[in-house]
Amino acid sequence: MAAVRVEEVLAAAEEQEAEKQRSITVEKELELEFDLGNLLALDRNPPAAAGLRGAGPRREALLRALARDNTQLLVARLWELPAERAGGAGGPLVARLPEPAFRLPREKPPPRPRPPTRWEQFARLKGIRRRKRTSLVWDEQAKEWRRRWGYRRAGGDPARAWLAEVPEGADPEEDQFARLRREKRERVARNELNRLRNLARAHRAGTAVPAAPLHPTGHQSREELGRVARVARVSTASLGRFQPRLPKEPAEPPSRSGGRKRRFEPLLGNLAAERSRQLELLRDMGSKKPVLDITRAVNKQLRQEEAEAAAAKGKKQSQRGKRGRRQQRAGRSSKKSGARRQQQQRPAGSSTGGGKRKKA
Amino acid sequence: MRPLTEAETRAVFEKLGRYIGENIQLLVDRPDGTYCFRLHRDRVYYLSEKLLKVAVSIPRDNLVALGTCFGKFTKTQKFRLSVTALDFLAPYAKGFGVAAKSTQECRKVDPMAIVVFHQADVGEYVRNEDTLA
Repeated sequence: MAAVRVEEVLAAAEEQEAEKQRSITVEKELELEFDLGNLLALDRNPPAAAGLRGAGPRREALLRALARDNTQLLVARLWELPAERAGGAGGPLVARLPEPAFRLPREKPPPRPRPPTRWEQFARLKGIRRRKRTSLVWDEQAKEWRRRWGYRRAGGDPARAWLAEVPEGADPEEDQFARLRREKRERVARNELNRLRNLARAHRAGTAVPAAPLHPTGHQSREELGRVARVARVSTASLGRFQPRLPKEPAEPPSRSGGRKRRFEPLLGNLAAERSRQLELLRDMGSKKPVLDITRAVNKQLRQEEAEAAAAKGKKQSQRGKRGRRQQRAGRSSKKSGARRQQQQRPAGSSTGGGKRKKA
Repeated sequence: MRPLTEAETRAVFEKLGRYIGENIQLLVDRPDGTYCFRLHRDRVYYLSEKLLKVAVSIPRDNLVALGTCFGKFTKTQKFRLSVTALDFLAPYAKGFGVAAKSTQECRKVDPMAIVVFHQADVGEYVRNEDTLA
C-alpha cells in the first residue's frame, strides 16, 4: 500500500517537472531569427493553416499559444545576455542589448531639401562663394576690437551719428538724417519681405517648414526664445535626452510635474490609503512625543558651533589688538609666498631627483 | 476640489480634536461607509465616497458645495470650524455648555468671572463623582 502511494507521489512529481519543462522549452522546426537590439524575434515556421482559417475561439487559442511560445524563446535569449545591476548593488538587473540589426522603416517620408533662395540661385550662377568674416573688427577710434554689428559696434552707434554729408547731385534742401532713417526702414522691410517669400516658396515646394511660432523673427521676447529652444531640444527621436548642451546652458533636471510647482493627490485616489494615512497622522498627533527633525537639529547644532567659534575668534582678535592684526597679516602673506616658494622648489627638486635616478 | 494636503489635514484635525478629542478616528474610519474630506474653494467638506464619485463630474465653476461643510481655511490658512459641523461633532463632544456672557463681555471681564454654564441633570454629579474632584 505504502509502495503504491510512494509510486503515485513520484509519478505526480515527475509529471509536474515535465509540465514545468514544457512551459519553458519550445520545440520549433526552424530556428527563430533574433534581433535582440530591437527585441525582435522572427518566426519563419509555417503556421498550422487549418487551425487559423475562420474566426473562433480555437483560432484565438492557437494564436495565443504561438505568441506565448515565441515570447518564451525571445525571453530565454534575453536572459542569456550579459547583465549588470543598474544604479548600484540594490538596483534592478539590466541586460546589455547588442546593436540593433534590423533597420526599422521610416514612419514619415524623408524631408525634401528646401529650394534655393533667389540670392542662392544668383550666387550659384555667378560663382560667388561665401567669405568667412571675422566677428570682431578693429576700431581705430576706440583702439580696440569691437563687434562687426550689434551692441557697441565698430564705427560707433549709427543712431548717434551727428554728421550726414549731402552727397553730390542731391537736393540741398533734403533732410539727410531723415533720408538715412527712411532708407534703413526700407532695407529692413525689403529683407523681411524676401525672407517671407523664401519661406513661402519652401512651403509651396513641400519642404518641412517649422510651425509659425518657431520661425525666427527679430522681435521675439526672451521667454519666447526660451520656449522655442526647449521645443527644438525635445524634437529629436530620443526626445532630447542625448542632446549636447550649449556652452552656457544650465543642465536642467527633468521636472516630474512638468512645469507645475505644486502637486496634489489625485481627487479620487486610493481612499483606503488616504484613510490609513489620516489615521496614522492622528496617532502621531495624539502620541504627544516630540518628533525629532534630524536635519533641523543638526543644522541648529552646526550653527551653534559656528557662532561659538566666531565668538572665540572675535575675542582673541580683540585681545591681541594692533600687534595681533599685524602678525596675522604677515602670517597670511608668508603662507602665500611659502606656497609659491614650494612650487618653485618642487620642479627643481624633481628634475634633480630624476637626474639622480638616471645615474643610478 | 482636491484632497487636503498633509498640513491642511493636520490643521483640521487639531481643531476638531479640541471639540471631540480622540474621537476623530470615528469620523475618519466609519463602519458604515468610506467618508473623506475634500477641499473646494477653501472650504472643507465631509462626504461619503458615493457622493464624491457623483460630485466629480460637476465642473468646478458650477459646483457650489458638496456633502457637509465642516469649516473653511482663511486667507492666512487658519482653519475655522463652522456650525454646520455640529451634527457630526455633537455625538462625540467632550462637553456642552451655555455661554454666560456675550463675546464682547467675555473679553473685558476679570479672570475669575464665570463665562460658561454647564447645565447638568440631577444625577450627573453622582455619576461622575470619581472624575470630578
